[in-house]
Amino acid sequence: MSSMKSSPDLHDLGVAQLAAKLAAREVSSVEATQHFLARLAQDKLGAFLATNADVSLAQAKAADARLAAGERTPLLGVPLAHKDVFVTRDFPTTAGSKILENYRSPFDATVVKNLGIEGAGMVTLGKLNCDEFAMGSGNDNSAYKPVKNPWDLERIPGGSSGGSAAAVAARLVPAATGTDTGGSIRQPASLTGITGIKPTYGRCSRYGMVAFASSLDQAGPMARSALDCALLLSAMAGPDPDRDSTSLDLPATDYATDLIAASQDAARALPLKGLRIGLPTQFFGAGCAPDVLAAVRAALAEYEKLGATLVDVSLPLTELSIPVYYVIAPAEASSNLSRFDGVRYGHRAANYTDLNDMYKKSRSEGFGDEATRRIMIGTYVLSHGYYDAYYLKAQKIRRLIAQDFQTAFTQCDIIAGPVSPTVAWKIGEKSDDPVANYLADIYTLSSSLAGLPGMSVPAGFGAGGMPVGLQLIGNYFKEAQLLGAAHQFQLATDWHLRQPPSL
Amino acid sequence: MALTPQDIARVANLARLELRPDETEHTLAQLNGFFALVEQMDAVNTEGVEPLAHPAAVIGDIALRLREDIASEPNQREASQVSAPAVERGLFLVPKVIE
Repeated sequence: MSSMKSSPDLHDLGVAQLAAKLAAREVSSVEATQHFLARLAQDKLGAFLATNADVSLAQAKAADARLAAGERTPLLGVPLAHKDVFVTRDFPTTAGSKILENYRSPFDATVVKNLGIEGAGMVTLGKLNCDEFAMGSGNDNSAYKPVKNPWDLERIPGGSSGGSAAAVAARLVPAATGTDTGGSIRQPASLTGITGIKPTYGRCSRYGMVAFASSLDQAGPMARSALDCALLLSAMAGPDPDRDSTSLDLPATDYATDLIAASQDAARALPLKGLRIGLPTQFFGAGCAPDVLAAVRAALAEYEKLGATLVDVSLPLTELSIPVYYVIAPAEASSNLSRFDGVRYGHRAANYTDLNDMYKKSRSEGFGDEATRRIMIGTYVLSHGYYDAYYLKAQKIRRLIAQDFQTAFTQCDIIAGPVSPTVAWKIGEKSDDPVANYLADIYTLSSSLAGLPGMSVPAGFGAGGMPVGLQLIGNYFKEAQLLGAAHQFQLATDWHLRQPPSL
Repeated sequence: MALTPQDIARVANLARLELRPDETEHTLAQLNGFFALVEQMDAVNTEGVEPLAHPAAVIGDIALRLREDIASEPNQREASQVSAPAVERGLFLVPKVIE
């Protein structure tokens, strides 16, 4: 394990604290990287799909050289790991699917490049397990292995960024990237007691993210605190005009400086005075488990103590967001996944009669159940005679859902509620009931459809001592406001510092 | 509206998937369960509503971005073909298409 020279508790440090130690040269990036590599080699959660110590240590050496040369940038030398839907030149990329087993990308995703040694100077520890093509909410759709929740090894960590969430919660990594199409950053963050933010659609480049649903997919950071997420998001996000036509033409933003200033001013009374938090009545109904509601309400009471006011708002189409999402996302997925044809990359069947048979056998052998189901749904809703009734109808309701949010934001600054209607469930509990899984996404889908930024912030514990997250949803481009509100909550509470008893 | 086994076969063919007979039945039951949920959409009046493709378009026009049609990448043929199932002399191999 770690040498005596380096602190034995490096894994207890967050991104900001580790970066400070690196900048002060109290620890080297190589030492920090070795510490985490040794730690994740003991991983019993199934969080990692690929590691490569040589690659990680070479990156750490490069970071140390930059530190030695006097460079002081916020993330230089800090290790992290990437969800396996971000393509990487130096590690395999599978997207959790057998169809991409042994796939090696010729390039790095823009997010990987921005954070990595060619950019902010972070060290990649490896690739993190996820639901196949990011389709799922329990990480049990990974073609390789399920991920266990470090708070209870019999439970799911959430999904689809389940490996990212479990690795951060178990302190195998200081931070990770995730992607969120219908809740895949926020829900696993909630179920593992960490902090995660899905930015406004288009804030982070989708270039090099294995595509699931292109009008919804968005990358974001997962870490222990809002401050750590702010540091990561500042480096991840930014326009990518030549490579992602949907990336927003907004300059890269520093989300962390204001938060650091707020920490130094922590004694200020009522730091959130004037902030109006909207509570959609549809998020607080009978569909949400009482233990989750209790934790969320206690967190909201804390927000009142910080000076915020709570107002009731309405998002009348909340329930409709489930069918709308599960028409649009599979439609786009069926189109995106048509590229897996067994010709240019990915699995090819061993035996076939002709080209068409090769396509069919290669795809059927390579895709798991959920990917197959969504391709079937998507192909059906886009097929001749059904397009208007399903896909077009869903895209119209999507506009109504987005407009409802704009109406709500005339009455409040931030919307809050639960992330998930329950705490993490047992592995296998919902594995053959796709509709039950889809229904559990109710509180995250509507903001995804609207493309709004959303966060999960650790807010306490529910049944079985399992973590509960508070969801904060902001208006377009209001990531800074969300992170600020989460940071104030974390200055006043310690839910985000709790660690699983098994550690 | 319930799907039939013929629908499943038609859609599987369009999607270039081959379902085993037992999978067809299972998929049929699951998709019918799913489309029962989707029927809720019928209750929403969308008369005169424009479909929303880019989410942020709800607050303003999103201009589709174009770039110059020039090659920006070096030749990456070998790196790109590392993961190909069958390659010969820089070409992807497929079963014979034209007799």
